[in-house]
Amino acid sequence: MKHNDPKLLLQSAPLLRQELTTPGAMKEVWLALLPTTLASLWFFGLSALLLIVVSIAGAVLTEWLFTDKDKRRMAIGDSSAGLTGLLLALTLPPGLPLWMAFLGAVVSIGLGKVIWGGLGANIFNPALLGRAFLLGTFPIAMTTWGSPSGLGDFFHLQSSNLAWPFMHGQIDALSAATPLGLMKFQQQTTAISSLFIGNTAGSLGETSAFLLLLGGMYLLIRRSIDWRIPTAIFLTAAIFSLAMFINDADKYPSPIVTLFSGGLLLGAFFMATDPVTSPLTPKGCWIFGIGVGFLVVLIRLFGGLPEGMLYAVLLMNAATPLIDRYTQPRIFGRK
Amino acid sequence: MFNLFSLGQSFAHGVHPPHHKEQTEDLPIQRVPFVNRYVMPLGQHIGIPAEAIVAVGDSVLRGQLIASSNGFISTALHSPVTGKVTDIGMHRYVDGSFKMAIEITADPYATQQFSASANASVKAVEQMSIDEFIIAVQQSGIVGMGGAAFPSHVKYAIPEGQQITDLLINGAECEPYLTNDHRLMVERPEAVLRGCEILRKQLGAKRVAIGVERNKPESITELQKHLAIDMPIDIVPLEVKYPQGAEKMLIKSIYNKELAVGKLPRDLGIAVNNIGTIVALADYFDQGMPLIERIVTLAGPGIKEPANLIVPLGTPIRDVLDFAGGLSEHTREVIMGGPMMGSPVADLDAPILKGTSGILAFTEQETARPQEYPCIRCARCLDACPYFLNPSRLALLGKARLFSQMQSDYHVMDCVECGACTYACPSNIPIVQHIRAAKDNLRNLASPDVEKKK
Repeated sequence: MKHNDPKLLLQSAPLLRQELTTPGAMKEVWLALLPTTLASLWFFGLSALLLIVVSIAGAVLTEWLFTDKDKRRMAIGDSSAGLTGLLLALTLPPGLPLWMAFLGAVVSIGLGKVIWGGLGANIFNPALLGRAFLLGTFPIAMTTWGSPSGLGDFFHLQSSNLAWPFMHGQIDALSAATPLGLMKFQQQTTAISSLFIGNTAGSLGETSAFLLLLGGMYLLIRRSIDWRIPTAIFLTAAIFSLAMFINDADKYPSPIVTLFSGGLLLGAFFMATDPVTSPLTPKGCWIFGIGVGFLVVLIRLFGGLPEGMLYAVLLMNAATPLIDRYTQPRIFGRK
Repeated sequence: MFNLFSLGQSFAHGVHPPHHKEQTEDLPIQRVPFVNRYVMPLGQHIGIPAEAIVAVGDSVLRGQLIASSNGFISTALHSPVTGKVTDIGMHRYVDGSFKMAIEITADPYATQQFSASANASVKAVEQMSIDEFIIAVQQSGIVGMGGAAFPSHVKYAIPEGQQITDLLINGAECEPYLTNDHRLMVERPEAVLRGCEILRKQLGAKRVAIGVERNKPESITELQKHLAIDMPIDIVPLEVKYPQGAEKMLIKSIYNKELAVGKLPRDLGIAVNNIGTIVALADYFDQGMPLIERIVTLAGPGIKEPANLIVPLGTPIRDVLDFAGGLSEHTREVIMGGPMMGSPVADLDAPILKGTSGILAFTEQETARPQEYPCIRCARCLDACPYFLNPSRLALLGKARLFSQMQSDYHVMDCVECGACTYACPSNIPIVQHIRAAKDNLRNLASPDVEKKK
């Protein structure tokens, strides 16, 4: 009877799957970061390019080194390690010695990701963990900012980039303060148009609010990130800083300056929304975003540092398992 | 006419797989010719298997009772053909196992014309009491035709103190590829409406709602065209979303009521029936024809000539496939039912059952195992789950075999295995498979046999 029967598989249903894959989701984020990345090359020239390349290389190399041989292909292929490298680079000041960037990327992946069990298992955002390590280890290099050079000066390399490991790297004489530093230490405000376009001092990827909004909008439209997290961050930060601004307009920045300066946009769209380290549940996403928005303004206005996005996100990352546990959605048909 | 710009009534969450109905939605129902051999498994419905009342060598007529129901949650079987009983024994079932079945060899010289006289004459349904009606339905062998194959008469036995106010007819047909209910609504709208009226009057329900997904506008217009003024029947267009046809989702979509866990629709005064079931009721009470054939959709990329067919129950799947031009050489898997919840066919000699809504064939492209990535907690599965479960967590716990925690913390037993989470997962994690394994394990733990062995 069984003349030409094909060998039948017995895979259980569902046989249909939607098209997006996890590597595909990573590609979306790469694409969304493209404008910001190109702008960092425009503003900071060769220094930015080298920092990005070195950071990505450090991240990918570490992932490759610490992953099981038979899983390497998949782990590198999903491009999440490279993405961490890029995200880390975008939070670094343009004059940072390259070896520090490399070391930061090694820590990002090594201590921030593989030690937890690889993709999906880590508690803290790996890029931010790497940045926290660098900020703690090299506080001066991490808070010295060069002014943007502009495209005409693309090949001008900040000399500190090439400092030898563990030697006293000379800090560029021409150091400038970031808009948040100016606000905090010199009570100077920066024009909102500059914040919007991005021709201010700052980390590679944080300066242009416009391009970050562009990338963030792309991710929101493609539904690659949960809209609740950035929304909650913006609303909370805006309301909190508005209250402070009304209180004392000379001392505290306006809500618009708060939203458009420093790493808030970069962090809100690309770090806080990292699905691995943010809550699963819709209610949890709201709580997480409100927490980040509150902490960032609190640290900025009352802390010793001009910028607070890094610790705001890391602290809420730590709270995520607990948030998830207590915000389980109500099951259909149950009270 | 319904509003063309509204999505239609719906429930929360769910997924939007491509519906793939274009292959067969415009193909009229065709009758497959009779073949040589028929196999009627005694346990092709949920509940206790039927009991054979014929012996090997007996001649049987088409529509003649061959196995009677064995207890209340059980139903009858009738011969799909005129012929001879050639075996009562173990025969292949779709899943590859062997099940007790009656094998009938068709008489090549018989006309195979169905005559109601083969059955005890059916009293006019209008004169029946509800008790007589329930017994008649049990004798007709009618079960839920959407796939579950739960004996229908059980649903009509309403305990004292409860009253059915609403009859809900499931014409959602949310599984991709399947068009058997759609074709019934288009080609036999009078039978659908007649079945609704028979059941509504028997149950004493006030209104009938027929829920149809909006991707079947022809079904909706045909039903509306044949609707008489005195029929309290609403045709309700539903959003095209999977799993719109799941009982609880359908109740939510149409009545905006949430059926509590552990409750039955009748606790809300609702009786839910499938389009195929309602047409089978009409055919039984008007023509005396018990459940001996059903509509089956043959579709999918591995089927050479997709079709909607009337197939006598018990016909080997192989013969039905041959009628549709056979399988393409690239076929790798055959599914009975829909692609989201159907079951794989292990043996093409297994028969078409009362619950077989479709036979689908898939090629390498659809069956290739995609690379599985780690869960990145993207929460797409949470947004997909119509029951608001946490499939991400469930899969993770399932992988670690922490079954009891899956129930105590995340209510895994509430899952109906619709597969929406698995469809939505970008990491290709077999979430629903982990859930099925956990549910099986928990059920085994709960069963007394296991307790004793310990």
